[in-house]
Amino acid sequence: MFEYGAMSPAAATLAEAPTRATVEQLQSRIRQMQATRLDTRLIATHPAIAPLLPGGGLKEGATYSVDSSATLLMALLVGPSAAGSWCGVVGVPEFGVEAAQRFGIDLERLVLVPHPGDQWLGVAAAVADVLGVVVIRPPRRANDSSVSRLTARLRQRGATLIVLGPWPQSEAMLSLSESNWSGIGQGHGHLSARQVTVTVTSRVGRPRSARMWLPDPQEQFREIESVPSLREAAG
Amino acid sequence: MTTITRTMVLWCPDWPITAAIRAHSLAADAPIALIDRGTVFACSAAARREGVRRGQRLRDAQVRCPEILLFPYEAALDSRVFEPVIEVIEQTMPGVQLLRPGMCSMRAQGPARYYGGEEEAALWLLDALDELGIHGSRVGVADGPFTAEHAARSPKRARITIVPEGTSAEFLSPMPLRVLDEPTLATLLLRLGIRTLGEFSRLENADVEARFGAPGARLHALASGLDGHPVIPRVPPEELDTVIAFEPALDRVDQVAFGFRASADSFIQSLVAARLVCTAIRIEIDSDSGDVSERSWLHPRSFTAADVVDRLRWQLQGGAGDSGLGSGVTRVRVVPESVDGIGNHEQGLWGTGHDERIHHGLSRVQSMLGHGGVLTAAVGGGRTQRDREKLIPWGDREPAGKSSTQPWPGRLPAPAPSTVFELPLPASVFAGDGSVIDVDDRGILSAVPSRFSTDNRTTLPVSAWAGPWPIAERWWDAGTARTANRFQVVDETGAAWLLVLEDHLWWAEARYD
Repeated sequence: MFEYGAMSPAAATLAEAPTRATVEQLQSRIRQMQATRLDTRLIATHPAIAPLLPGGGLKEGATYSVDSSATLLMALLVGPSAAGSWCGVVGVPEFGVEAAQRFGIDLERLVLVPHPGDQWLGVAAAVADVLGVVVIRPPRRANDSSVSRLTARLRQRGATLIVLGPWPQSEAMLSLSESNWSGIGQGHGHLSARQVTVTVTSRVGRPRSARMWLPDPQEQFREIESVPSLREAAG
Repeated sequence: MTTITRTMVLWCPDWPITAAIRAHSLAADAPIALIDRGTVFACSAAARREGVRRGQRLRDAQVRCPEILLFPYEAALDSRVFEPVIEVIEQTMPGVQLLRPGMCSMRAQGPARYYGGEEEAALWLLDALDELGIHGSRVGVADGPFTAEHAARSPKRARITIVPEGTSAEFLSPMPLRVLDEPTLATLLLRLGIRTLGEFSRLENADVEARFGAPGARLHALASGLDGHPVIPRVPPEELDTVIAFEPALDRVDQVAFGFRASADSFIQSLVAARLVCTAIRIEIDSDSGDVSERSWLHPRSFTAADVVDRLRWQLQGGAGDSGLGSGVTRVRVVPESVDGIGNHEQGLWGTGHDERIHHGLSRVQSMLGHGGVLTAAVGGGRTQRDREKLIPWGDREPAGKSSTQPWPGRLPAPAPSTVFELPLPASVFAGDGSVIDVDDRGILSAVPSRFSTDNRTTLPVSAWAGPWPIAERWWDAGTARTANRFQVVDETGAAWLLVLEDHLWWAEARYD
């Protein structure tokens, strides 16, 4: 790695360029061989979550499942909503609207269908036809044929589906663990910020996890800078 | 020289009260007051006898006349009730100009020739109104609308006041300056020693114009009885309503919707023919049992025939169950409430982008689930999380309400809970010895919380907690008063809950997850 030392920086980049191109080419070939289809496009994703997801962000036409955390769900919606996508939330009557607004989801482009009843799959499909990101919570397990029909529709429309709970064909499963609230004590203070470990389990590769603020004291999401916490240092 | 039109003015005194009586079908001699921003806007003769006056505070009016019936003043109602009156007048004599609800003017010449005299024409007019059940209206005939209006208002017993041609100045001369409705000019003239219209009119026209400019000269002409205002007859608005009657009455939603489909098509077609689109409609449904269901529907863009039928179906489904109705529907009437020029709603050459697509998609979901099935959200004011969430059906306007930017002392500190339960879950919080924790009247906690449960099955140990935060809302109103203590509790797994203790019962209102 010292062989470029004598060269001018411009020459160094020139010499580096073919190698980087080769690496990217190889990486894309690997991705093509792994992906179920070609040229998946990414939609805007919050920078704290994006590096954990397979492919480096939320994909159009893909399904993600979130394990029971509404804050994590909102962290997924913030990116697309801020970039101008419409978001639909189907079958989640307890979706906290104020929290969503404060975290940065644009309520002007948020549509709620709290009680879809038995027609939840039909409603989800109809909403996915027109909105960029759709959240559903299945009241029960859907049969495989209707799931694949919905998946095909999502792929055709380029909508992203986020499911609260398990889902058979999800691209990745996001879950929370080790959540630590700060600001609250034994009878004093109030909840102000939380550090959690977000783990993303995808169909290929090892689970990736990261420690992040969800939310931080300014009600934003961000990764914790790589200063080891006291507990980790002690352990 | 200005041409002066011989004018007849019809005045119905206390029109807002008459309108309220007719709209709410009240007794004509009941004490009634209309309230606008906390003060009396208008009151009926019965209320006036008890000492209620215009401009009085609401509470003073109630003290003077405890049995008074109070209604909010609605300007739109005045115009709406006056509309049929104008139609009746138009049948008696053409060319009616609406000055304001309760007052209109006509050219006197034609009716006078037809009915054989100005007085006869005025009698015909009063007869027509009496037939409608509107009593006490007055008519003034004079040169120009200004003089005719004051002739109608003149405090004489006779209901008809005719000021002969060319004598307007004489008639007006004893009147005080305030009838000109120009307070600054009136004050100034009073300081100059001029108290009546007659004295004002004796000033030189050129002097008045030099001192007060064109508006002053116009008022001077009015005071001299030289009112050049013509009567501009209104163009009767086109009838755009659609009515369909069902005989025999239909008792199924789909039958009514199907029966109405053709009318909806012709309703939209007639609007298009008038180069209008409709953005709000009012649907009135009469049923066999005599009930009338009336509701306004808004549309974010403009109504199509299918949208109108959808709204009708939703309105029918609103009260009843799936398809059966309480009683048969005999008549459906659809009134366009607000219309707009079709040019403002024309699509661009390349379409209007995804917004319209989104609207179509969501309307489809609405036709599956009903009007309230698809919602948009906004954050409003309030202390509890449920109060702060405003859910608005897709396509409706955001209702004016409490604002989130006002200070709400006692609201929760940030961050807001990400899960707000639709209905609070029953919960319980236990002390170390297993007793349920309570808060006394002075806000003292009976013990330190050590375990809690939100599903009545499993109890979780409390790892951190904060509270009680008391909240006492609307204590002056027994119906909506609320006294509660709120707590934030974190369990072992790191999930945080917002618990509420109200009337010695614990509830979980929201979760921070």
